[in-house]
Amino acid sequence: MSLRSPLGRVRGLGAAREGVGHWWHQRLTSIALVPLTIWFAASLVSLIGADYFTMREWMGSPLAAGLLILFLVAGFYHAALGLQVVIEDYLHHEGAKIALLMAVNALALVLALTGVLAVLSVLFAG
Amino acid sequence: MSARNRPLSPHLQVYRPQMTSILSITHRLTGVALALGAILLVYWLAAAASGAEVFEDARGLIGSWIGRLALFGWTLALFYHLCNGIRHLFWDAGHGYALPDAERSGWAVLAATVVLTLAAWIAGYAMRGGV
Repeated sequence: MSLRSPLGRVRGLGAAREGVGHWWHQRLTSIALVPLTIWFAASLVSLIGADYFTMREWMGSPLAAGLLILFLVAGFYHAALGLQVVIEDYLHHEGAKIALLMAVNALALVLALTGVLAVLSVLFAG
Repeated sequence: MSARNRPLSPHLQVYRPQMTSILSITHRLTGVALALGAILLVYWLAAAASGAEVFEDARGLIGSWIGRLALFGWTLALFYHLCNGIRHLFWDAGHGYALPDAERSGWAVLAATVVLTLAAWIAGYAMRGGV
């Protein structure tokens, strides 16, 4: 006999109330990050020691700007999801856990936004 | 199912580390390190958007020996997490679970990490002639 309600079974969201959403988004972002990371690492190699104008020329090209924004968004989302699992595994005080999760998500959001806006401002400055 | 036959989480005080378990915790450690290092990445991008003087400061910081050491560590962590992440994706697809396979793919990840990191830095220095 199952103690789960028929509605709960249909929704299939389990005790964490989000089903496989977290797991699946971690995988989707990781697959997107494979080519993005290879591109970013190659760019980093070519930018070692780059001066201000070389850097802005690179950041301001539409292709690099677009890929950078995708890298930042996918990367910080992936990082927030990963850090969430680490915090949930090791931090067992409920209040501290929720507070730290909020802080990590807020920081990831602010950092991703700062990075994206920096790229856009260089792109539109021309 | 009897409780005795269930798989257990490793009891760390009496757990004998294996290559596969060390790679597993390293994946997590490099993930956390990459997230921390990403703060510097955003600082670098924001500096480029904030004018030549600010960018020169960032360039000086990253070009210092401690900056270069941090960047080397970050690229090492990046290539490890990338290669081992691909290994995880193959597991997610149901491949490579047998112990000899997991050990072989683990060594492949380590070799690829070293090769990619060294290749990236050698190429970087060759293109610019040093930071």
